[in-house]
Amino acid sequence: MSSINNLEEIRKIIDQHRKWDLAFTVAGVLALMIAVVTFIVLFAHMLIDGAPRLSWDFFTSFPSRRPEMAGILSAWVGTTLVMIVTAASAVPLGIGAGVYLEEYASKNLLTEIIEINVTNLAGVPSIIYGLLALGLFVYQLGFGQSILAAGLALALLILPVVIVATREAIRAIPVAIREGAYALGATKWQTVIDHLLPYSSAGILTGIIIGLARAIGETAPVITIGALTFIAFLPPAPIKNEFPFLSFEWLTAPFTVMPIQMFNWVSRPEEAFQFNAAAAGLVLVVMTLAMNGLAIYLRYRMRKTIKW
Amino acid sequence: MQIGQEGQIETITYKSEVKNLNFYYGAFNALKSINMVLHDKKITALIGPSGCGKSTFLRCFNRMHDLYPGNRYDGEIILYPDDVNILAQNVDPIEVRMRISMVFQKPNPFPKSIYENVAYGLRVRGIKQRAILDERVELALRNSALWEEVKDRQHDLAFNLSGGQQQRLCIARALATEPEILLFDEPTSALDPIATASIEELITDLKNKVTILIVTHNMQQAARVSDYTAYMYLGELIEFGVTDTIFIKPKNKQTEDYITGRFG
Amino acid sequence: MTEWRRNKADRVGKLGFSFRRHLHEKFIEFLLFLSAVLSIAIMFAIIVMLLKESWVFFQHVSLWDFLTDTQWTPLFDDAHYGILPLVSGTLVSSFIALAVALPLGTVIAVYLSEFAPFAVREVAKPFLELLGGVPTVVYGYFALLFVTPLLQAIFPELPGFNLLSAGLVMGIMIIPYVSSMTEDAMRAVPMNLREGSYAMGATRFQTAIRVVMPAAFSGIAAAYILGISRAVGETMVVAIAAGMQPNLTWNPMEPAATITAYIVQVSLGDLPHGSIGYQTIFAAGLTLLILTLIFNIIGHVLRKRYREVY
Repeated sequence: MSSINNLEEIRKIIDQHRKWDLAFTVAGVLALMIAVVTFIVLFAHMLIDGAPRLSWDFFTSFPSRRPEMAGILSAWVGTTLVMIVTAASAVPLGIGAGVYLEEYASKNLLTEIIEINVTNLAGVPSIIYGLLALGLFVYQLGFGQSILAAGLALALLILPVVIVATREAIRAIPVAIREGAYALGATKWQTVIDHLLPYSSAGILTGIIIGLARAIGETAPVITIGALTFIAFLPPAPIKNEFPFLSFEWLTAPFTVMPIQMFNWVSRPEEAFQFNAAAAGLVLVVMTLAMNGLAIYLRYRMRKTIKW
Repeated sequence: MQIGQEGQIETITYKSEVKNLNFYYGAFNALKSINMVLHDKKITALIGPSGCGKSTFLRCFNRMHDLYPGNRYDGEIILYPDDVNILAQNVDPIEVRMRISMVFQKPNPFPKSIYENVAYGLRVRGIKQRAILDERVELALRNSALWEEVKDRQHDLAFNLSGGQQQRLCIARALATEPEILLFDEPTSALDPIATASIEELITDLKNKVTILIVTHNMQQAARVSDYTAYMYLGELIEFGVTDTIFIKPKNKQTEDYITGRFG
Repeated sequence: MTEWRRNKADRVGKLGFSFRRHLHEKFIEFLLFLSAVLSIAIMFAIIVMLLKESWVFFQHVSLWDFLTDTQWTPLFDDAHYGILPLVSGTLVSSFIALAVALPLGTVIAVYLSEFAPFAVREVAKPFLELLGGVPTVVYGYFALLFVTPLLQAIFPELPGFNLLSAGLVMGIMIIPYVSSMTEDAMRAVPMNLREGSYAMGATRFQTAIRVVMPAAFSGIAAAYILGISRAVGETMVVAIAAGMQPNLTWNPMEPAATITAYIVQVSLGDLPHGSIGYQTIFAAGLTLLILTLIFNIIGHVLRKRYREVY
């Protein structure tokens, strides 16, 4: 009867299986190494080519036909302004949608369609958002090839990220907290604004940072809108000397952003411009890594401190 | 030698002997100097209040603790007739698990067909011949009283079975490889009374076929199914003996309090 | 009695239904509802915009020509509007990328989820996430200026722009998406299933392949579909490293344009709004969206069928 329980055979089989385990462990480490080494090589390559170009002048100069004179002033100013528009529109809309889906929406067909749709939006290629913005914002609504159009395009792009982060953060709050608030006579909105949003703020912030980090690096949709690749002036300043001190002219100004500046330099045949590209790439990578790193740190701390 | 209840002479054989077993989760000493035996082809029940270490003890028998870092055994669990200490460093936990099967608290069928669930242990051993698999699967399903219910839908997903059926499937899965010891970790605590009755009946039927160690939080269950009972408290084995004696005339005051419901 | 009740009510505020409070609440709920519905509006707008401009495009170009012509030269005097060269470029680069990303991403995920010690996982996971945050234009730079020269050392005849280099780098770029989603799906498999398998004497590899991966199948499929969508829709790496010359080829050693690269090329120029050149990028975008959609549907069907077999 014990044909299958012959100890010697079992041991032989286990030995074989252990070899598979070992082989797979090696494969796993190797695969991980490929990813790690690629990143190190990429970073080192950029550092070697780009680091010599990094100087104060590089940040305070406009692009130029002479590579050694060129800088990223208009690019980083443009990126900053575009990000302001993106954050200002994606954050309230994303949080609003997240709160609605998590706290208000009843289980019906419309809710389900919205949920599926958010997932689908996350899978739409980014350049498609560029086409939408080109047709809708640039021409239909007449915003022109402006900071406003670019900021809104990127806002649409990262909206799903903010929505999903908001939902997950709010969902993690136990029902008891909600019931506690309701039991004290709070309305739904009071519960949301006094309890749910403050308690989930770290999680939502993490999502916003990751979304913005992605938006900073996005190139394709901004190119599609028609961002210029060579801009030797700054948009009008948002703060003025005379009343009402604030100006929104910059919203409609032409612009460029960091990744487009880099793309422009990469595509030049002269090697000297490629060094500029490497330098711009370094700045870009450090910026996105810092933001993602911050998000990861926030989440890590949250996991350590909050135990519902 | 001892005189059995019907007056026949039985030979006592031990399937396993636990000698001075200590177990540590990190620095926490979860099991303290446990000494006990498992009688061959008998049912031994582990009872005690929750957190007393009975599941921890059970999981030593198939080295489940090896799956998680920071766990440490000290002492011996000898498996007869080989006379090997299954806790020894040089003993392969995988080999131990092939010889000692386990049924869990919550039914945990794999996301596979009924047939593939039962065949899993055989496939893990590299058995591929259809005829052998078919035969073993049928035998295991018959032994777990599931054959009549599922013989026409062996290739259905196991999740479609009821909770009690799923647990019997898990028992069939454990039986298919003809284990030397079968471990049950509160096998009925997630089931309704009817399913519980069917599982208990099945466990009683398995007596004389395989050595069984069962953890239960339900004392009536221990009294109904087991031949020997061990009472544990705070990681220590307080009393161990023939079930009838433990339940009718426990030697230890603590055991008596627990069994009569004054404590726990 | 009535008197007392009124006094009491005055002191603590009116008990009972407050119309103003109700209105306030309803108004806020409506605003939140609008932001949720916006996602549908975006999807709707995308489809309408692509269809609208493509409609005009197809007034000029027959669908038959679009699908069968083997040249894509909309900006030349002798204009041809065959999408095939762009589709071939897209498929070849995506295929290479996925041939890299799916196996490596899966192996990494299985390793991290089932094999790696806790410390390795705690370090590797955030690192992979960081990798996923690197802007694509940087990967394009890397493909053009590092990987292509490296490949040219092996294949001296390889041109400066080629699909191979772009595809490989795209693959590396997509690994974090695939590995992180796959790993999440695998870690979501309850521990008691794994224990069931280990208790039968299965090794880690057997448990991972035979129990955990089938249990996580739908999550893994979702990760693969996302990876495919990324590859098909990726723009900057191919625009920089594969060239922008439409070329009907299945040979990864050649330069070729993808659908996305073509859109970039047109956008870099200054095409007047409403011209046929302007409409081509919407027709190309529509094709891209349909392509992504097809892969999504295939994934969905596979997911369903696989479940039924089990």
